Amino acid sequence: MATTTSTSSSHAHADHGHADHGPELQHHFSTAAQQKEAATLGMWVFLVTEVMLFGGIFMAYAVYRWAFPDIWAEAAYHLNTPLGTINTVVLLVSSLTVALAVSAAEAGKRTRIIQLIVVTMLLGLAFLGLKAYEYSEKFAHCAGYSTPIEWVTNTNQHAVYECLVPGQAFLFPADKTTGASNAPTVAGQPTPYQLFFLLYFIATGLHAVHMLIGLAIMSYLVFITWRGTISSTYFTPVEIGGLYWHLIDIVWVFLFPLFYLVH
Amino acid sequence: MATTALPGRNYLEEDATTIGAWLKAWFLTVDHKRIAILYLLSINFFFLLGGLAASVIRVELITPQGDLLSADLYNRAFTLHGIIMVFFFLIPGIPAVLGNFLVPLMIGARDMAFPRLNLFSWYLYMAGGIFALTAAIFGGVDTGWTFYTPFSSTYANSNVILTITGAFIMGFSSITTGVNFIVTIHTMRAPGMTWFRLPLFIWASYATSLIIVLATPVIGITLLLVAIERLWGVGIFDPALGGDPLLFQHLFWFYSHPAVYIMILPGFGVISELIAAFSRKRIFGYEFIAFSSMAIALLGFLVWGHHMFVSGQSVYAGLVFSFLTMLVAIPSAIKVFNWTATLYKGSISYRTPMLYALGFIGLFVIGGLTGIFLGIVAINIHVTDTYFVVAHFHYVMVGGAIMAYLGGIHYWWPKMTGRMYNEVWGGISALIIFVGFNMTFFPQFIVGYLGMPRRYHVYPQEFQVLHVLSSAGATILAIGFIIPIIYLTISLWKGAIAGDNPWDATGLEWEVSSPPPTHNFTTTPVVTREAYDYPPDAAEVDAANWRPGSPL
Repeated sequence: MATTTSTSSSHAHADHGHADHGPELQHHFSTAAQQKEAATLGMWVFLVTEVMLFGGIFMAYAVYRWAFPDIWAEAAYHLNTPLGTINTVVLLVSSLTVALAVSAAEAGKRTRIIQLIVVTMLLGLAFLGLKAYEYSEKFAHCAGYSTPIEWVTNTNQHAVYECLVPGQAFLFPADKTTGASNAPTVAGQPTPYQLFFLLYFIATGLHAVHMLIGLAIMSYLVFITWRGTISSTYFTPVEIGGLYWHLIDIVWVFLFPLFYLVH
Repeated sequence: MATTALPGRNYLEEDATTIGAWLKAWFLTVDHKRIAILYLLSINFFFLLGGLAASVIRVELITPQGDLLSADLYNRAFTLHGIIMVFFFLIPGIPAVLGNFLVPLMIGARDMAFPRLNLFSWYLYMAGGIFALTAAIFGGVDTGWTFYTPFSSTYANSNVILTITGAFIMGFSSITTGVNFIVTIHTMRAPGMTWFRLPLFIWASYATSLIIVLATPVIGITLLLVAIERLWGVGIFDPALGGDPLLFQHLFWFYSHPAVYIMILPGFGVISELIAAFSRKRIFGYEFIAFSSMAIALLGFLVWGHHMFVSGQSVYAGLVFSFLTMLVAIPSAIKVFNWTATLYKGSISYRTPMLYALGFIGLFVIGGLTGIFLGIVAINIHVTDTYFVVAHFHYVMVGGAIMAYLGGIHYWWPKMTGRMYNEVWGGISALIIFVGFNMTFFPQFIVGYLGMPRRYHVYPQEFQVLHVLSSAGATILAIGFIIPIIYLTISLWKGAIAGDNPWDATGLEWEVSSPPPTHNFTTTPVVTREAYDYPPDAAEVDAANWRPGSPL
């Protein structure tokens, strides 16, 4: 964010020197305030596009839940709600730490920014780890193991009684919580139960991809803060990076109840 | 670039002495004007490619039998034509070329708000284009540009995923351009450049960008879902699972209907500039034209269901969509009426850009009115999926968007290159395009009304006359497109030096030298005047000064 944008530097400096502003002001902007306004507005507009991107999935979710409300309620029991809850808490705390990082940036405390962003990243990684565990649990069930650990160590393989990964092996189990179930008893049978888990994997998968991008942005912020670019007069990158992180959280705040809590 | 004879330092001039430095100066440039040139060349390349596919289609349709192409090859030909023209020419066309060049100049800014993002968008465009071309080289796609499920997701045996990836990446190129325009127009305006002093091209670009950022992500996720369905083998549009292929159509048209306004709104902006400049009058009803762009952007999001009257959506939904479609006609008509009112008592000069602008008005009216026919459910059911629809949207897309694109290219050519094109050839080719266009597409209204379905490579004997007429017209149209390429290229070396303001037009872009210097303005301009402030007596003065032999 701090580099000059002019290709032909010979006359880039013709109209003004560098005395009146910091090195982070790009040459096509007149004032630092203008540059900040542009960056912030740009991030907000980009966040709108992200909302519309997830909006397509939410639309599909709404249509199918409207069509199959009972199936949705029944299928939701088979997601790991405790892990989902922990993940929600993890993400909400990471939102707090990123917000604190922004306020540390306003105060120009570089060490504090780095500490808080590193904590944010650790929370993000924890989220991804738990998410990966949830996914691998589903895949382990399809392979005939109760937990991913048993799958890796190849112990206690049993007959497949449930497989919640959509596809040829999909098998929705006879239900223990709700008693009667309309679920199929043959693996791979095409049913709307598959739609629920398909949407679950696509929505949370796309969310996880955004989390990876968020982690990349956070690493970049740590780098430029460590390099000394961020100061109390110039902290726009931390601010808009924080906005992006909050978006990731907000999307999860909607995904969590829609998939885990609809029963 | 032989610009040595041009006065002053400008953005086309090189410090580069080695080839490596030259490549870097162009392919890593963050100058919005150079990026516009990169876009100009690449978009025109794709236009020629899409035109080639169109020629193959028209040649096949000369005879009623399928003698040149098999049914399958024909499907691939029209799909290639549609995908390239829609995603790689019409949607980026005016915004990425003229918009990139003009938006900062018109508002008095040194560059776009995000110059590197701007360059990145060009690379995304090229990456998307390479995916689409690769798909075409390895056999093409047979789904049509609409990728309807379940055919695209389950049954098609062609390169659907590659093409979808191309369109997906291209979508992000659009989004970055849209974000850049919105932020630039909001934050980079020169002092005194209030919203109601903005040229109408800026208003149109702004409205277009709003559509881009709101609609494009939806097509992105929709295409992604289709790709997932193909890769995974199960998908959310799969009817076997209880999924709904109609949901795909809803999501697809939620983008693709607003996308037609992405194609035409910037064209409206260009036409507003041309009509004012060549009538030498302040545009009539400035605020109405500005707000009608915003109204079209808004209403454009509410009418997608008119593509689905026969797809099995509820008839009541059909009626609502039909009614809302009528509403779009209002802001569109407001524009046409204001342009014609601007012509009234203007000092009209029939230069090449004006010929395109006048052609645009006529053709767009036909395209727009037939759009109203199609918005009426009863008529739509009769002509659904016939050549009537094909003719309608070509009147809007070719007669509208391409005419505006060409008019704009001619109008700002002296600014972009510093040289004038050949006016005689310019006028001739504009007329050739007008004649060729009408000859190509007017017969398609008739043949479509008589029942010729679109996307068929064979047809009954009695339609042959109309198809031959159409193919002959396409030949004329092709000639009309090739001539400008020749004389515009020649003008780079032989064209007369244009001077800063060859049209005696208003607007900040005409106050800088031609071609503009790298940083556009040496001192930030302060705007004290309204847009299009032509002197009130311009028409009388022009008429008094006219002598036989002066340009028309």
